[in-house]
Amino acid sequence: MTRALGRWIALTVLGLGAAAMLLPFWWMLLTAFRAPADIFHVSLLPALDFAAAADNFARAAAQVPMARFMLNGVIVCGGILAVQVAVAIPAAYALAKLRFPGREPLFAVVVAALAVPMQALALPLFVGLSRMGLLDTYFAMMVPFFLSVFAIFLLRQSFRGYPDEIIDAARLDGFSEWEICWGLVLRGSWPAVSAFAVFSVVAHWNDLYWPMIVVSDPSLAPPPLGMLFFADVESGANYGALMAGAAMITAPMVLSFLLARRQFIAGITMSGVK
Amino acid sequence: MTLTALSGPTVAAPARRCPREVRERRAGLLFVAPAVLLLAATYVVPMAVLAGFSLTDYRLGALTTRFVGLANFAHALADPVFLRAVANTALYAAIVIPGGVFLGLGVALLVEGRRRSRSFWEVAYFLPVTATLVAMATVWQFLLHPSIGPVNAAITALGFDPVSFLATPWLLIPTMAMIGIWQIVGFNMVLFLAGLTNIPRDLHEAARLDGAKHPIDRFLTVTWPMLGPTTLFVVVTTSITAFKVFETVAVLTHGRSGSETMLYDLYLEGFEYANTGYASALTILFLVVVLALSIGQTVHLDRRVHYR
Repeated sequence: MTRALGRWIALTVLGLGAAAMLLPFWWMLLTAFRAPADIFHVSLLPALDFAAAADNFARAAAQVPMARFMLNGVIVCGGILAVQVAVAIPAAYALAKLRFPGREPLFAVVVAALAVPMQALALPLFVGLSRMGLLDTYFAMMVPFFLSVFAIFLLRQSFRGYPDEIIDAARLDGFSEWEICWGLVLRGSWPAVSAFAVFSVVAHWNDLYWPMIVVSDPSLAPPPLGMLFFADVESGANYGALMAGAAMITAPMVLSFLLARRQFIAGITMSGVK
Repeated sequence: MTLTALSGPTVAAPARRCPREVRERRAGLLFVAPAVLLLAATYVVPMAVLAGFSLTDYRLGALTTRFVGLANFAHALADPVFLRAVANTALYAAIVIPGGVFLGLGVALLVEGRRRSRSFWEVAYFLPVTATLVAMATVWQFLLHPSIGPVNAAITALGFDPVSFLATPWLLIPTMAMIGIWQIVGFNMVLFLAGLTNIPRDLHEAARLDGAKHPIDRFLTVTWPMLGPTTLFVVVTTSITAFKVFETVAVLTHGRSGSETMLYDLYLEGFEYANTGYASALTILFLVVVLALSIGQTVHLDRRVHYR
């Protein structure tokens, strides 16, 4: 009896909490599917008006280059991830399995760098890029993130678990260190690499701070900065279009999350640093 | 027979022309070279430059720059805008840290007991973590609108006056803190769920036999102490996130009505007003706060991975 009651209370509390969590998403979609005239009738019930929705989405796409923002997001996230992985994998392998002078101090610097947030480096990086005339470029948006000390740290831990006997055997068979790293050791660490990939893409797709600093040209803006431009252009005049824009920008990460729930949760919570 | 046995190693030695140590050293240095170059260019040099800037009155584009010693830091500690930003950030953190941690724990405890519906709850609470905060802040702005937002519709339906959440100066930081909690609860829930699965079942059974009949007793005697390390980690990550609050300010208030936070003030000084030297000093003060918190986190991360 008390068990059933406890269960009922737990479900009610969870349900109310979840409703609060999901309310913004529901409201966003609801408004995107509403004609501007209906905005003043505050109601949480769906009234699917597809003509109005088409209007809202078209307006969002016409006011600002929404497709361009998304493309910029893909370019920036893809570029960052590709370089991060290409740099971190050999470095992590060397730190985990090779003996070379300076290995311990280098690892100590990597661990120390883990604690430094990007925002602390933004000012000197901005001045440097500005001096070099590189502001308003994809390169400027990506370069601070090319080195992920977190990826090096994570992959080093993962590579350390790879059996040394197999590496020695491969060496005797004439494999180069490069082949051992990319062909053998990496194969055992795919879960770590894919979790890192999720972490990196989510973090950079959603990042506003750095793009806001180095990009003023709207045609280079990634989605969050584009959303900010859009919100300023609309300045609250047309909520339907604004919510349609917000839905478009949020959709890629939210849909990927719904499709690959486990990988997303593992990737994002892996670090604790967002 | 003797000949072949002898020729074995002599043939093998030139085939592996370099001994293993040389080979490892060469490959190791080569493999870390790109990382070392990037580490120098995007971490070490910028940190040194930042420290240098903080001692000057450098302004981006200015013709002359003077060494001013610690004047920037002295100015910061007397700058009403910066002090207000620090106070705002502290208030924000004081709401988000307990709110985010305890709600995350509460949800995790409730979700853990569910079997069939567990994945649904996980998705519902984790969704805000993945969503682009800039876009969702725009949605919140609309939700909290005094006349056409549903939150105020509910408030007026209950017979109260509508609340201008984003136009009443003293409500700005608490409102943004609510959004901060909304975004972080799911993240903390997942960390707590991981902590809860690591508590051995037998402990609950033992506590029950020892007379901890009520679930609350068992929570206090078993779950809470066993969750200690997880809780510490969650508190640290939540604090770091809270001290870095920026997006909601940039979207919802633009820092007006005295609602700037540390990072937003730093952004304005450094990138809008081009007070590079002064902003560098502010960055160092910001860094001190975050470093103090991050060191705890890094130590934990190190240990967690080592003992896995």
